[in-house]
Amino acid sequence: MSDLMTYVYGVTRADEALAERLTALEGVVDAPVHLISDGNGLALVASSVRAEDFREEALRRRLEDLDWLSAVARAHHGVVEAVAAYTTVLPLRLATVYLDDARAREVLDAGRELFTDRLARLAGHVEWGVKLYVDPSAAPEPPPAPADAELTPGRSYLRGRRQQQRHRDTAHQAAQRAAEGVEAAGRAFASERARHRVQQGTLAEAAGENVVNDAYLVPVEQGEAFCAEVRRAADGLAGVRVEITGPWAPYSFAMGPEETGGAAGAGP
Amino acid sequence: MTTPGHRAETEPLAQRQVALIDLLDRLLSGGVVLTGDVVLSIAGIDLVRVSLRALIVSISSEVPSPFAEPRRIEGRDDDG
Repeated sequence: MSDLMTYVYGVTRADEALAERLTALEGVVDAPVHLISDGNGLALVASSVRAEDFREEALRRRLEDLDWLSAVARAHHGVVEAVAAYTTVLPLRLATVYLDDARAREVLDAGRELFTDRLARLAGHVEWGVKLYVDPSAAPEPPPAPADAELTPGRSYLRGRRQQQRHRDTAHQAAQRAAEGVEAAGRAFASERARHRVQQGTLAEAAGENVVNDAYLVPVEQGEAFCAEVRRAADGLAGVRVEITGPWAPYSFAMGPEETGGAAGAGP
Repeated sequence: MTTPGHRAETEPLAQRQVALIDLLDRLLSGGVVLTGDVVLSIAGIDLVRVSLRALIVSISSEVPSPFAEPRRIEGRDDDG
């Protein structure tokens, strides 16, 4: 049994110049990057990696190590991005591994029609991420009501709570308006939209509460207009922040909406 | 085709350090899922999501995992 396995990053249309460019890259675990061609113009972007790092049991264990996961995710992304800068790429999900290049080529052959269709659909497009945050701290606090001698401390406390609640509700209503503006920008400039789960937890470091985490597939030449329109959606809305990420390779649009497990895919 | 030269942020692409959480959104729920020889595809990803909960979410019934399916949260105080 070979001590090397084949890690694949994405599917693309191959040519000599791309193969040449890839030789300069470092992939996951610093492995060199190469193309696995099907002989008909399609290719997988791949690295040979040590089997001991990527066999199932090792992978399960390592994926629980945030440093390792982060390094592999960034390396995977670096390769996808380098290919995307040159030509259309269909990114594959993290940690797709085959026993060898021959096995990977079989999968490429089997999916030929699907890959060709997807590459055609994604050509000339990039993905932009749009996140909306409700951040009441970014909105001016309403002035505290004057102390009312008539009120018991309990009632006075409740009144304060109600004011805070109203302040939060106002920010959420503003976020709703911003979301409508973003959707309008999407209808005007984007070909597709995908919805991601809102970001929570320790890796979600941005201030405020993430209420929208969407991705839009936008023709390259419309990117600037789309982003300007998205930024305008939050203009003048207190307590709402819009954050744009990208341009990304079309990760969120690699699968058809019918195949996505609900996290990404066409929104309702 | 090349990616556009303009950026959402003012830094050039090479210096743009993407946030890990934005990357994981895309690498763990986007991308084409092929059945690999090491089966961590579809079913495996659920396993990964479960593992990651420990890292990404401070486990508490208040905070559902970003990767778990939405579920009813038990025992939460109504703070209205």
